[in-house]
Amino acid sequence: MTAATFCTVVSTTLALAPSVFYATLGEIVGQRSGVVNLGIEGVMLLGAAVGFMVGVITGDPIIAIIAGAGVGCVANLLFAALVVGARTNQLATGFALYFLGGAVSTLVGSNYIGRNLNGLGQLRVPGLRSLPHPWDSIFQQDLLVWLMVPAAVTVWWALGRTRWGLHVRAAGESRDSAYAAGLNPRRLQVQALALAGMFSGVAGAHLSVAYTKTWQDGMTSGRGFIAIAIVMLSLWRPLRAIFGALLFSFAVAIGLQLQANGSAVSPYLLDMLPYVLTILVVLLWARPKAFSSPAGLREVFAGTSK
Amino acid sequence: MTTATLLMRSHARQFGRWATWTMLAVAVYAVLILSYGKNPLAALHDIFTSTLGSSYGFGEVIVRMIPLVLTAMAVTIPARIGQVNVGGEGQLYAGGLCASWFALTFTSWPAWLLLPAMAVAGFSGGGAWAALAGWLKSRGWLNEVFSTVLLNYIAILAVSALVFGPWRDPTSSNYPQSREFVPAARLPQLFGSRVDVTIFLAVAAVVAFEIVLRKTRWGLEIRAIGGNPNAAARIGVPIRRYIVLAMFIGGGLAGLAGMAQASALQGRLNAGLSPGFAYTGFLVSWLAGHNPRLIIPMSFLLAVLAAGGDILQITQGLPYAVVSVLTGVVMVIVLTGRALQKGQTS
Repeated sequence: MTAATFCTVVSTTLALAPSVFYATLGEIVGQRSGVVNLGIEGVMLLGAAVGFMVGVITGDPIIAIIAGAGVGCVANLLFAALVVGARTNQLATGFALYFLGGAVSTLVGSNYIGRNLNGLGQLRVPGLRSLPHPWDSIFQQDLLVWLMVPAAVTVWWALGRTRWGLHVRAAGESRDSAYAAGLNPRRLQVQALALAGMFSGVAGAHLSVAYTKTWQDGMTSGRGFIAIAIVMLSLWRPLRAIFGALLFSFAVAIGLQLQANGSAVSPYLLDMLPYVLTILVVLLWARPKAFSSPAGLREVFAGTSK
Repeated sequence: MTTATLLMRSHARQFGRWATWTMLAVAVYAVLILSYGKNPLAALHDIFTSTLGSSYGFGEVIVRMIPLVLTAMAVTIPARIGQVNVGGEGQLYAGGLCASWFALTFTSWPAWLLLPAMAVAGFSGGGAWAALAGWLKSRGWLNEVFSTVLLNYIAILAVSALVFGPWRDPTSSNYPQSREFVPAARLPQLFGSRVDVTIFLAVAAVVAFEIVLRKTRWGLEIRAIGGNPNAAARIGVPIRRYIVLAMFIGGGLAGLAGMAQASALQGRLNAGLSPGFAYTGFLVSWLAGHNPRLIIPMSFLLAVLAAGGDILQITQGLPYAVVSVLTGVVMVIVLTGRALQKGQTS
């Protein structure tokens, strides 16, 4: 492997990471509050479509990303109204959200297929910009890539070091105990889900506004589900989510690089890699450590939640 | 209060609930169509005249209904023991893939041998794909919702890899698909329409499951697991075996739908085997409350709606996604209605 190839793979890995990392981070917040949102794929698609639409209309990628966050928040509030308010089955409702989000994004995006927009610009960090070629390409990344670590640290702090975070985690461990302790678990779960929706929307918007700079139906191609796997992989800890997201992006980047080199392997088999990898990693690595999941989630997954 | 009045009240309440759901769905539909500056009544008229108004249109509704019934059963059977199978789409593709392998390999076999072999292959392929998820769940290793979703992507990509690669028909340069099946690998169609014989299999599956549920020991045990899995385990019901088996049979039925799409309708395998039948099938199953008796009417209803989506594209210039959005909204309404209902009774 030449230095140029290495730099391309690393650079692609980093550029792809936010689209799954922010979704993972959001899902961690939601799951820590005791709610599994299986529909973040749909929320991401909404964020991608609406973000792209706003980006084309306003010409400002920052506003586009914020719009993505906004629509993600709204979608997750709808989800919260159903699972927290009406107590619907979380898994089936998540699936419905995935389907609905996908359908609405198709409608919203239909007028924007083939359009171009001002993508989110690359931020060049002083000091790193003077590196020799091709090493400098690694650090030519957009704002959301640079914000991954600060975002992870912020969520870690908010969940682990603030009163609100403690309450959210209490709701996630046992809704009844949290209620008995004088908290309002439903309100906490709605708050956590609203925050999670913003992150998922940003993740989707990053894909369309910063990475591909186009809109395509179903363009998230399962990243929402992979994010849920990375949540298990990172044992519900925000800082570890960075590594999970990088691992997945690396699998995609390697596939892309092999295709670019004209590999004889079918591109469809290479596209399969992330999904197979996700199942295997969850089975082999995360499952034995499943005890670290919030206790409230076990009921959801076992199908015994009320 | 007498039992009769109580019963009447519960019926009235149920009727009211259905009326509310229907009205909500109709309202959403009207708003969607109005937002495109079209007349909802004209659109509704187009849907009904084109689907129920002619024998051709009716036939097309039945053609769409078959995969919906089969994929809805793929959701219903595991759902009765508490398993949420959202992998019907992947199971359909897996079944289509396995059946196509037989069709493309044993081209010299006579139809009476080849078609049953394809059906068995389709059933086993879809079944195995689902049973894998069921097995992982039964060991307590991986939740089935999660694994079936990921397996969807893998099965669909596998079909793409084959029809863009080794199975690609050299004569069709621009559209990647397999070679055309030999006539012996084509399922017969009925009465000169495009409706094929799998309709009998679909109806038989629904009837058989209803009988199993009501009249057999298996049905009793299935209902026991569905009611309270812990209690069922205590009285010695082999829950793990039931999970794997229910997923296998459900996935097999979805696989059969994939086999029928390839064999009866398209006559070859291509990457667009299903436009998301299993997602609509999932909605059918939840609309029916996982009750086999309601699967066929609900499938019919949604088949009319789906066929209507095609019609609206032509007559009103509305995008097909309008119907998908409506489907999604109905899904949400039904889930909410069921949860509120459950909250009332318990």
